[in-house]
Order: sequence, then C-alpha cells, then structure tokens
Amino acid sequence: MYKLKFKEKVCATCPSSDCLLKCQYMTFSGHPEAHGEMMKVVKGKDSRVLSECATCYACEEYCTRGNHPFYLISEKREEKGMFTAPRPITNQWINMTQMQGKYMAGDVKDKALSCCFIPDLGPLGTGEIFKDVASAGVFGAEFMCPAVHTHFARMSVIRERLPVVIENYRKLGVKEVICLHDECYGTLTSIAEAYGMEVPFKPVYYMDYLYERMKELKDKIKPLNITVAYQRPCSNRLIPDKLPLVKKIFKLIGVKAPKRLYQDENALCCGEILRSVSGYKLADDVQKRNIDDMLKAGAEYCVFNCPACQSSLSEKVSKRGLKPVHIIDLCKMAIGEKGREAAS
Amino acid sequence: MSDILKSLIEIVGEKGVSNAPEELWFYSRDPGVLTPHLPDYVVAPKTTEEVQKIVQLACREKIPVVPMGNGMSLTGLVIPLKGGIVLDMKRMNKILEVNAMARYAVVEGGTSQGVLKAYLQKNHPTLRHSLPDAPPTTTIAANVALHGQGRLTNQYGFNSDMVTGLEVVLPTGDVCRIGSPSIGPYWFSKSPTLPDLSGLFLGWLGTTGIITKVGMKLFPNKKIREVELFVTDRVDLVPVILYKLTHLEMLEDVNVWFQPKPLMFLGNFHITLYFTGDTEEEIEFKRKMIWDTLQEFMDSKDGGFMSVQYMKEALLQMPGRNIADFADVPKGGGFEYSGPITIIEHFPQYAAKVVELARKYDVLYASSARLISGGHCMMFSISFAFNRNDPAMMIRVKHALDEATAFALEMGGIPWKPNYMEQKMVMEKMEPNALKLLQMIKKNLDPCGIMNPGNWEVNS
Repeated sequence: MYKLKFKEKVCATCPSSDCLLKCQYMTFSGHPEAHGEMMKVVKGKDSRVLSECATCYACEEYCTRGNHPFYLISEKREEKGMFTAPRPITNQWINMTQMQGKYMAGDVKDKALSCCFIPDLGPLGTGEIFKDVASAGVFGAEFMCPAVHTHFARMSVIRERLPVVIENYRKLGVKEVICLHDECYGTLTSIAEAYGMEVPFKPVYYMDYLYERMKELKDKIKPLNITVAYQRPCSNRLIPDKLPLVKKIFKLIGVKAPKRLYQDENALCCGEILRSVSGYKLADDVQKRNIDDMLKAGAEYCVFNCPACQSSLSEKVSKRGLKPVHIIDLCKMAIGEKGREAAS
Repeated sequence: MSDILKSLIEIVGEKGVSNAPEELWFYSRDPGVLTPHLPDYVVAPKTTEEVQKIVQLACREKIPVVPMGNGMSLTGLVIPLKGGIVLDMKRMNKILEVNAMARYAVVEGGTSQGVLKAYLQKNHPTLRHSLPDAPPTTTIAANVALHGQGRLTNQYGFNSDMVTGLEVVLPTGDVCRIGSPSIGPYWFSKSPTLPDLSGLFLGWLGTTGIITKVGMKLFPNKKIREVELFVTDRVDLVPVILYKLTHLEMLEDVNVWFQPKPLMFLGNFHITLYFTGDTEEEIEFKRKMIWDTLQEFMDSKDGGFMSVQYMKEALLQMPGRNIADFADVPKGGGFEYSGPITIIEHFPQYAAKVVELARKYDVLYASSARLISGGHCMMFSISFAFNRNDPAMMIRVKHALDEATAFALEMGGIPWKPNYMEQKMVMEKMEPNALKLLQMIKKNLDPCGIMNPGNWEVNS
C-alpha cells in the first residue's frame, strides 16, 4: 500500500508556518500557535486544524519546503474517522466515481487527451487547437483523477484508485497524457509523487499544450481586447509552477487581467466545496467577496480553468453582469472558431 | 353494421367512432402490467350533448361505458374490463374560461395538462396550475377523478382539492353542475357553502359519471423557481427532516426519493425541495431558511446539501422526465408503481419494504414520495421498472405491487388509483357502514351498473 511521504523534520524545523499563517479560512495569532497546531497534526494529536480546514488545497502551495501539509491533514482526518462534509455527501462522491467499466477511449496511440470524468471537457478538447489529439480522447471513472476525495478526507480512496488509473493509462500504451482537467495534472504529478507512485508516461498540462498551439496559430489570432478576471481552481495549488501560463496565454490573445486582491496565491475558492464542508455562510461570503473583487477590477469576463468552478460560479457571475467562459473557449474565440456568445 | 354502431355514428359522426381491431387493440390496454381486455367500440365525442346521448344509448342498451382521458393511470383504470364503449375524451379539449382575478380556469373534460400549461404561459404568465409529473398529454379531469397530485400539492393539497366546480353527465344521461356553477355563472367553489356533491365523482374513477367540464384553481406563477437537494443516509431521520421542512411553510413541492442506480444515488435518501420567489432576495431568504432549518443534520454529518448545478435543469423540468429514464434502466421501457397515501412517520417502514420486495422478486426499484398538504400525509410510490418484452419480469412486478398494496393496507395507508383488485382489497378492509354508504351512492347513481364496470364494484 502506498504511503504519504511526509517529512516530519522539515515541518518541525519550519521557520515560517506559512501553510497555516497564510490560510484564508483559519486564523492564528502567529508562528508559535500555527506551528504548534501543525505539529499536533503531524503527531496525530487533536488539533483545531482538523476540524476547521476548509479543504482549499492552498497550503500545498504555501509550503515552500516540499512537504505536503494538505495531504497530511486529510490523512489524519481519515485516521481519526472524521468527515469534512456530511457522510452521505462523502459516500455519494465515492460511489459516483467508482470504476464500472463504462469508460470511453478514442483512437489512442502515443498520446491521449484526458477528459477525466467530466462531460464538459469533451467539447472543449475539439477544434483547430486540439485537431491532432481530439480523436484520442479518454473519458470515464477509469481515467479520473481521484483527487476530489482529498476534500472529503478520504485519502484511502486515492491510494486505492490512483494506481489503477495510472495502470489504465499504461495499458493504452501512451507516452503522453494531455490533461484537460487541471486536477488530473496535479494528481499525476504532485499526489503521485507524494505517495511514491510511478507514472510511466508524461503528464502534459493542457495549458502548456494550449500555449504552444496558440503560438502556432498566431496568424489566426485576433486580439480579443477584453478585460477579464481569472478564477484559479483549488487543484492549481498543487502545481503553482504552472500558474504563469495563464498570463502568457492572456497576453497572446489580447486579454487584460487587471491586478485584483484575490488572485494568484491569494485566490479564493469557487465556493462549491466550501458549501458542503463549511456551510452556506462561508460559501456565500467567499463568492460575494470574489465576485465583488472581479467587478472592482473592471472585469467583463470571468475566465475559468476548472469546469467544476465554472459550474459553481457561472450563474452567480452572470447575475452580476460578468460573462463566464472557459480559457479554452476564450482561445477559440481569439482564433475566430467561436463567437463571443461562447461566454454565457 | 350493428345498430349500436349506427347509433354511435349518428351521435358523433363516422370519424368519431371505431370498432376496427387495430384501434380496439390500443384501447384494450394501458402501459402497466394488467391484462388487456378489448372494448367493443371506441367513441370520441366533441360536446357534452354527445356524451349525454352516448350515455343515454348505453343506459338503454346496458352497454358498459369507460370514460378515458389519456389512459396513463398505469393501474388499468380505463381497461374496459367488461367490454363496451371506451369514451375517449381527448376531442373535448377546449379551455373555456380563465378568470385571472379569481384565479380559476374552466376546461373541457378531455383537456390535457400540457394544453392548460401552454395556454397559461402564453396568456396568463402570472398564473399556473398544479401540474402532475405525468406526461403532458394526461388530462385534468382524469387527474382529479383519481385524486391526483401535482407540483403544488405540498402547498395546496391533492389536485382534487383544487377543483372549483364540475359539469358531469350522470349514468342516466342527465347533465349536472356541481358547486357555484350550479347557482350562477362563476366557477369559484366546488362546494362551500353547499353540500359537497363533488365527492360523488372525485375518487370514483369514472364509475359514477363522466366529467365534461372542470373548474380548477390557479395559483401565482412566481418569476423564479429554485431547487435544493438534501441527502441523508439515515432513513430514520427522514420523517423529522420533513417535519422541520414543512414547518417553514415555504416549500412549493417536496419529494423524497431513493434508488440504487446510478451508483451515485446508492444508499442515500434524497429530498428535493422546490421554492419560488419574485426576486433574488426572496429566493436567497428562503434558501437560507431551508439551510438553517437543516443545519443540525449537517453538524452531525448525517445529512447535507448536494450540488445541484449539473442536475438543475432536469430537476426544474415540469413535468419531470426522470420517470421515463428510470423505466428504461432494465430496457424495454416498462414502469409501474403502487402509490399508497400514508403518514410521513411511516416512511422508514415503507422504504424497507421497497428494498425487500425488489430483492424478493428480483426487480429494479425506485421510490419517490411526494408530500401532501404541508405534511399531513404523503404519496409513497413503490416503483418497479420492467422490460415489456419479458412477460416473466412483468409477472414478478405485478406480484411485488400486489404485496406492496397489502402492506400499505396493513400499515393503515390508502392505495392511490387502485386497480380493480386493489379496490376489492380496500373494500374488504373498509368499515362496514362506510362500505354500505358507498353501495347506496353507487346503486343510486348508476342503477344499471354501466359506468366503468369492474371498478368500485360495491353492488356485487
């Protein structure tokens, strides 16, 4: 059985406790308290962190010493039999994402285009941008990154299912898997590494692919000349080195993303998981602050990376006058493949 | 050509009558599991006068008459058990009046739910009626005749409680108006302050007369409809959760459902909550009230709200289409349910019975309960899907449904739209003087026993 590679000494000698001090959902008086609480978690003792963590993933990014505070918190919660969300919701996610042999795999050769287990990703991975890989799409629980179960502190599900997912890809004989879901890439890199799982193919982050393709399609790009706010997903905290790609893509297609309070390291959760884990009051507050901030920055569009964030926030941003759009559709708009109505 | 056929043609014209085998085949059955039985004639009248003449003819000739809306009860209520005439009411489909200020509509006896819905949407967008989750071709008169329910049943009771007046052709051929339209031109009350004669027809499944016009209450159609979905894995908590929710007096419709497939639904009881408002503020206020009411179950981790974004469109559809989806899980598109009306505190026992029956008869279950009148009772549907091309499976489903009805009666429930065998079970259990009263009414209204014979046969 795979085990989380957590370096206790690294945590014990941490001079900053950034993992907790930077947290947007818990407050601590300072380093001593935060460090003390984290060490309680490390030692398997009771800590308020275990009951208060909103599961935003951000501490994975805040920790710059190569440890995995969020995975550890989730492991410890499960060890103690704790549920972050209500039990029926937790079990529903486990049931819903069970492998049942109902996957779809296209004409896969060296490369596969992963649509995870999210139907919305299928239509995104089409058109001129994806013309070389669109036919190699794979979809289904058999190819789904199980990272969502970290929200529910069910790391055992990840330990059990992720090796099977990796094996399923291996059986396809692929050399590269282009991950249309941000979380898939985070899972195949960050989580797999943290648990010592070998990945026998190269995971490719879709924004890397998108950026390269948009450079190739440069002649077709008509700058969009719009102002946007970017909704960074929780899973992007697992792969912070990929964050600059968003700005690079925006620049290439003539999109302005004015600086706002809740961006980059300070980004706010879309709120969907918060609603399950912490209730509507926190979720409503976070969503309101986030959308207020987008409007204050002068955004006309809210640009999504994750379909789950898009599902959670689209209606809400629309009601406030912002046009919701996935970054892939934004690129399709820039090359004239989609009209501006794609943002709705 | 027989004299009867000639007489029928004289009444409704050649296009309104048929005894062609292929037509009789269709009118001999419904989509449920009961054995078909051929009628002798199918007649489709266009006016009350034509209905009157047909009934007079039938009375004279002692021919059974089975009034039919869209024939979708699933429990064989329009299968002509003793042959005779199936009276297809679908050509009497006019909306006769909408009194917007008094919030009622008067429609002909064959008017479908879909026609009224579309008419109101186009002409009176601030009004709506209590739309059942049956196909839109089902008729309003048939729905009230079997005490149907709809999307506003939690707020306002059975759809039959929403009747504001009736026009009925009695088994003798006399035409009779019930309620305020018997006194004047307005259709605002089916009884008060008169004796409630509507009870002679509502729930009688077409055995005491033919409804040719029906007045129905209309209700405000709010600008925004919203839905939340609460789930728990503890069946014992369902009654108390429903009690707390109904205390809010805010919910338009409440449905509790559970099913083993797809897997995401396995093991949980889902409570779908519909609420409406004219402004976002009103909606948000109601949403918060709902969440706050159930906070204790979230704190104990026993229940929580599902994200409904992906399902919202389907959940807000009226009528819902999920029943059709369920029917096709075992392929072959068959579906039937026993829907006893019962008290909410019995939900756990009924839920256990559904699972027990599904196991015993090796059939696929889905169950959905709809709250009635703010929680005074509920309709608990014990539903099984089947393959129409698998007779053995259909027999197993029938046995399971029979057992479900027996269980409901043991528990003090009342079978909803019971088939003729279930009606007998009800009458066997009924208090003798109540049964005697039924007999007196039926005998006096239908002395020749021509109205939908085989159903509510209390004279035998």
